[in-house]
Amino acid sequence: MTDIAATTRPATGLAALIRHARYVIGENPVTGLAFALFILILIAALIGPWIVPHDPLASDTAAALKPPSAGHWFGTDQLGRDIFSRVVVATQLDFTIAIASVVLVFLMGGLAGVAAGYFGGWTDRIVGRIADTIMAFPLFVLAMGIVAALGNTVQNIVLATAIINFPLYVRVARAEANVRREAGFVEAARLSGNSEWRIVTLQILPNVFPILVVQMSLTMGYAILNAAGLSFIGLGVRPPTPEWGIMVAEGAANIISGEWWIAFFPGVALMVAVFCFNLLGDGLRDIVDPRRRT
Amino acid sequence: MFVSILRRFVTIIPTLIGVIIVTFLLTRVLPGDPAVYFAGPAATPESIADIRKSLGLDQPLPVQFLHYVDDLAHGNLGNSLATGQPVVNELISRLPASAELTLFGLIISVLIAIPLGILAAVKQGSWIDHTCRVVATAGVSLPVFFTGLLLVYVFYFLLGWAPAPLGRLDVFFTAPPQVTGFYLIDSLTAGDFQTFRASLSQLILPGATLAIFSIAPIARMTRASMLAVLASDYVRTARASGLSPYTVIITYAFRNAVLPVITTLGMVFSFLLGANVLVEKVFAWPGIGSFAVEALIASDFAPVQGFVLTMAVLYVMLNLLIDISYGIIDPRVRLEA
Repeated sequence: MTDIAATTRPATGLAALIRHARYVIGENPVTGLAFALFILILIAALIGPWIVPHDPLASDTAAALKPPSAGHWFGTDQLGRDIFSRVVVATQLDFTIAIASVVLVFLMGGLAGVAAGYFGGWTDRIVGRIADTIMAFPLFVLAMGIVAALGNTVQNIVLATAIINFPLYVRVARAEANVRREAGFVEAARLSGNSEWRIVTLQILPNVFPILVVQMSLTMGYAILNAAGLSFIGLGVRPPTPEWGIMVAEGAANIISGEWWIAFFPGVALMVAVFCFNLLGDGLRDIVDPRRRT
Repeated sequence: MFVSILRRFVTIIPTLIGVIIVTFLLTRVLPGDPAVYFAGPAATPESIADIRKSLGLDQPLPVQFLHYVDDLAHGNLGNSLATGQPVVNELISRLPASAELTLFGLIISVLIAIPLGILAAVKQGSWIDHTCRVVATAGVSLPVFFTGLLLVYVFYFLLGWAPAPLGRLDVFFTAPPQVTGFYLIDSLTAGDFQTFRASLSQLILPGATLAIFSIAPIARMTRASMLAVLASDYVRTARASGLSPYTVIITYAFRNAVLPVITTLGMVFSFLLGANVLVEKVFAWPGIGSFAVEALIASDFAPVQGFVLTMAVLYVMLNLLIDISYGIIDPRVRLEA
């Protein structure tokens, strides 16, 4: 009897989520592909420096500007460095910048947005005004200004990328917190004597969390693009550090003389990573929040 | 109508104040001491103190802010360290180049994206719809500087169709007499078709780069908004009344679907103004973006600050224009205002 009861009980929680996820991936094989790409990127980011065939910084002027071959899959650059190794090793830095900025804005924007949506009043007005002011700038231009003012370092690229995404997170978190403000479970928590901050952290935040995670994966691609754009114009990452944006910039001059591979492969890596995160974000949204499917 | 436009003008005042405060803070809350920075590496404590005094940095922050606003009101954005020239002159002389490029890119992209979006919505599920979706997703994933370089490689190096990506005009041509600052318009009004062709050929690749980048959001929004409108009752009624498909789609549906598309244009402009900087660097375009990049590399802050402020003010004004155009396109918005 107990066996039957156990098997017929509708799946809840994690089991249902996994089944739903499997259904979404089955419906949309592109999400599956994006997930496979994500694993590949993750592997390159984690163990890239140990598996590449050449030292990404070792120059060999005798073998400079060689097109792709069996020895150098993606060819070599002006200093004879192996582009394949540099592209793989760069994954770590690009990925770290994107993750760090997304986590940072998740903390800043998520908390500010939840506070604005839950408390309303002055908190809401101040947070809203800050977000509006950021939105009044063309975002990449603001990021340039922030990095120029705070100093030309990788940390400041992370910070600038986080700041320009701030309004997006605030808007989502604020809306989600606002609708839950008078929800039954919040009222119940309030009645049982929980303080306001305790309600925010233990009742509201866990409910807003999944939607913010979707937001994180949707903005990952943009964060990578933004950071690479900044390093393309010479901010943040310094040569000879391998990074996709700066590698495209290094190869830009050679495009005119026909050495396409120097800029091409890091550019493709960048494109594939962004494409992967955008698809993954869409897929994740379908799993967590099916109503917003487009 | 006039009153509602005036009322819109008032709403941008707090935004402009916010923008000015942020650009002010960007320089004054530097982690280092700006006076040390402006004095250069060979500075003595006395010279630093002098510079601090001459820059007004010994005064409290609110006073400094008032000075900054006063300078702005007189059109003074400071001088470039590298050239010693007032930043504002440089920005004004370079702005037409950037504006021509951005508008050209936007026009190409609207001309492609809106028909594409309409077709995708009308023939939902067809190959056009799928193409639209692929183009939209791929377009937002392409780093704009990379697209630019690819186009240069294919159309300049391989095919030889485009001129070298070096600025607005080939060295053999002289710039047309300055009226609007837009080479395309100025050369046409001067009747100089050779210069027109030359500047157009320089403009096509960077313009296409910006267009490829901005087609995606516009096409996506057109499609979504058309789909919603096409499912409405009045479109069904119009169809049932035997109106031609063209009338139904363009006059009845598109006119109602266009508002969200225009809202998206505001967002697209934010991206375009940023992408402009990257495209100008790739194509050695002498606009305000490349000016700012040069200054950034040289740690010359006044031009960067002026550039950020100019871009933000332009963007606020564009959003204002978009808001006003709502009222012209949709009478309901006018009534509410």
